[in-house]
Amino acid sequence: MEFAIFVVFAALALAGALGVVLGSNPVHCALSLVVTLVSVAVFFLQQDAQLLAAVQVIVYAGAIVVLFLFVIMLLGVDKRESLRETLRYQRPAAFALGAIVLAEVLFLAGRTWATGARSQRGSLDAPVDGDNLNNIERVARSLFTDFLWPFEITAALLVIAVVGGVVLARRSGQPVELLDEADDEAAEEVEEEVREHAEEGTASS
Amino acid sequence: MTLAAVEVTANYYLVLGALLFTVGAVGLLVRRNVLVMFMCVELMLNAANLTFVTFAHELDDVGGQSIVFFTLVVAAAEVAVGLAIIVAIFRRRRGATADDLDLLKG
Repeated sequence: MEFAIFVVFAALALAGALGVVLGSNPVHCALSLVVTLVSVAVFFLQQDAQLLAAVQVIVYAGAIVVLFLFVIMLLGVDKRESLRETLRYQRPAAFALGAIVLAEVLFLAGRTWATGARSQRGSLDAPVDGDNLNNIERVARSLFTDFLWPFEITAALLVIAVVGGVVLARRSGQPVELLDEADDEAAEEVEEEVREHAEEGTASS
Repeated sequence: MTLAAVEVTANYYLVLGALLFTVGAVGLLVRRNVLVMFMCVELMLNAANLTFVTFAHELDDVGGQSIVFFTLVVAAAEVAVGLAIIVAIFRRRRGATADDLDLLKG
């Protein structure tokens, strides 16, 4: 059963990944990405990472892909794109480099000599202080003890990312006040038009 | 030995992670749409996450799962800033392919 689930979702994950690379429409690429992300969440579930499986679906499929789709819609690049390569040796070089990367990683994965010390940061299923903790409690224990300092730095990273995103995405060159005025003028124009239309409507009826 | 009795070992997941990583890397090199290139980076990050979780399971160590948390945060921050940069570029010039960004070309 476990093997059957693995085969099905491995096929789905690879199909989704190939869909991202080969799709000519960015929206299709984003949707293929969702397939891969959900398949990886299933692999997390199979390996006793229940919390991460949930977080994977919520954060990746729920937030990051939606952000991608928002930007695709906002920029209007949801039309087909030519996949023809203009640089002459780009494609063969890319495939050669890909083959080298695959060979290297498979070489490393096939040897499984990563036999480090076990349960350095706490076990996944052994009882802690006599309590039988679930996966969320174990990850939380690890995050707030061993990884407390990285956790705090993560908070700073997120704040910096949010501020950076706002600064970059704001219309550059214009101060914020001018923007507000322009918005007000546009709003007034719209209001005027609506009023005119309403008057026309009452006059005609 | 029937097919249902095959045990899924860590190697299966590691090889799958390697394949996903490679597809992402080749996609990053081949594609020219900046948005799709970003999605390929996400693929590579996911392959790394899968490897982390596999080793966490294999070595019975919750540290591998905690690290995936930080990877997720970095991915989210990267997407937020990266997409903001793409939007800013789009304001100045039409087209989001990497070939259009040749401002530094002599």
